[in-house]
Amino acid sequence: MSISELLNKDLTEISGALVRREVSAMDLAQGYLDRIDAVQANLNAFITLDHELTRKEAAMADALRAKEPTSPLAGIPIAQKDIFCAEGWLTTAGSRMLENFVAPYDAHVVEQLKKQGFVTLGRANMDEFAMGSSNENSYFGAVKNPWDLTRVPGGSSGGSAAAVAAGLAPAATGTDTGGSIRQPAAWCGISGIKPTYGRVSRYGMIAYASSLDQAGMFARTARDLALLMDVIAGHDPRDATSVDRQDAPCVSVLGQDIKGLRVGVPQQWFGAGLSAGVSAVVQASIQELSKLGCEIVEIDFTMSEQAIPAYYVIAPAEASSNLSRFDGVRFGHRAEQYKDLTELYERSRGEGFGPEVKRRILMGSYVLSHGYYDAYYLQAQRVRRLIANDFERAFERCDVIAGPVAPTTAFPLGSFGADPVQMYLADLYTIPVNLAGLPALSIPAGFDAGMPVGLQLIGPWWQEARLLNMAHAYQQHTDWHTKRPEPLSGAAS
Amino acid sequence: MSFSDEDVRRVARLSRLALAPEEVSGFRQDLSKILDLAAKLQAIDTKNIEPLAHPGATAVFLRPDVVTESNRREAFQSVAPQVERGLYLVPRVVE
Repeated sequence: MSISELLNKDLTEISGALVRREVSAMDLAQGYLDRIDAVQANLNAFITLDHELTRKEAAMADALRAKEPTSPLAGIPIAQKDIFCAEGWLTTAGSRMLENFVAPYDAHVVEQLKKQGFVTLGRANMDEFAMGSSNENSYFGAVKNPWDLTRVPGGSSGGSAAAVAAGLAPAATGTDTGGSIRQPAAWCGISGIKPTYGRVSRYGMIAYASSLDQAGMFARTARDLALLMDVIAGHDPRDATSVDRQDAPCVSVLGQDIKGLRVGVPQQWFGAGLSAGVSAVVQASIQELSKLGCEIVEIDFTMSEQAIPAYYVIAPAEASSNLSRFDGVRFGHRAEQYKDLTELYERSRGEGFGPEVKRRILMGSYVLSHGYYDAYYLQAQRVRRLIANDFERAFERCDVIAGPVAPTTAFPLGSFGADPVQMYLADLYTIPVNLAGLPALSIPAGFDAGMPVGLQLIGPWWQEARLLNMAHAYQQHTDWHTKRPEPLSGAAS
Repeated sequence: MSFSDEDVRRVARLSRLALAPEEVSGFRQDLSKILDLAAKLQAIDTKNIEPLAHPGATAVFLRPDVVTESNRREAFQSVAPQVERGLYLVPRVVE
């Protein structure tokens, strides 16, 4: 197999080639870097590329491989969402605020990947501070969808998803606060998982809304996601919400029979608002699960419509608090002109943050301010419990919930320029999952007018392995996950 | 519920966020829309429902109260806008 063919393979196959010493970490890294360079101007999937740093990591992985025993994953190249601190790498979170911020330490996720010998190809583009559903809110410019360069890749982890879909990396990290892994995975035609809240440490992951943020992964297959989950999951005392559990590795569960598993389908998610094309694809994929022996049951989400309003109170409230750390004193952008300390804060933040971040900080400050806290913030948290209760009731009747990821396929760039709030409404199927802290994934399920559609699978707390096994079974019987966009001009196929 | 320009300026002050005059009316419209969205919550009966602050609330982990980090002041200050002799510089706050 030529290197160029190998670069199109999934992570499991690339790992096999590394283990059999058919390819070196350096060859792989260089191969992907060449591809990235050829399409970066069109796709803009990366914020920072540093060939020297990448080659250094590849050389270390090859050195690691020379010694036995070594992880089968040593030398696998990966795109890192620019929200994870990685020592020595520019870590911008897509913001002018952190334009010059070189992280002085590694995030937990980065540390875990480094231990295995993963090689960083570059820092993937994203919506500023992970706020957005289209990747148009990046200070470093929008990312394009590899299936259609006039469309968005989804967000906020748009660069990560576009990179994997375009064959620029076999895997990428992401974060998901309201759908930021599942939605771009769906819109770029790849697989992505958002683990249970508390499953993966948030240490070193730049915070947006701490009770919702969760790190996860993108790859081409559910099997690859299982391998990656087993690397990044686990207890870390540096994150007080990281939970200490001893679960079987996700990979060990793959291949178990899914016959008899009950798949719950929320009726409210297939009504008005879901495009007919996406609905047809998702219904067909649920039929496929039924053919594989799953029992399909209807479930009822009484609070479904309340998730977006609750999220757009809670997430901005947490963001306004989290982002107060960017004050122009200890790190990040500092304004040139100021006459006192207050003005230093105000101008540094006014200049450093983009419009969507300002919007959410303002909203958050408002709902937390005196006189509004009870009416908005506490009420949103009560509704949040009702939404979590909806899921709890549903999981008495089913083992996995299946439904759409987003109401449409990827929309054209600039669709919501005049009305950014309208874009919020498209997150209606992903946000409830974050509010309840559940694990969920998106896998390719078909196409609507040439654009990929994702199937979302949601599980009870800590049941990532069950979801991955079901997704794996689906991928053993379908080939949607093998579909690739036409190579972009300049990219070798 | 609608925002006034003065409401926007008030929350901007609370947020320590300088807004250009031309930004204010856009944010007024956007925040009014978000608030309309949030207003839907008011119709929900949440009597006797405990607020859910975060999903893992039952399992918050406490670590032992011991020093685990080494002194890396230089590394951390290398990313600061202005430092001198190990101190962060800001405009004079005490006359």
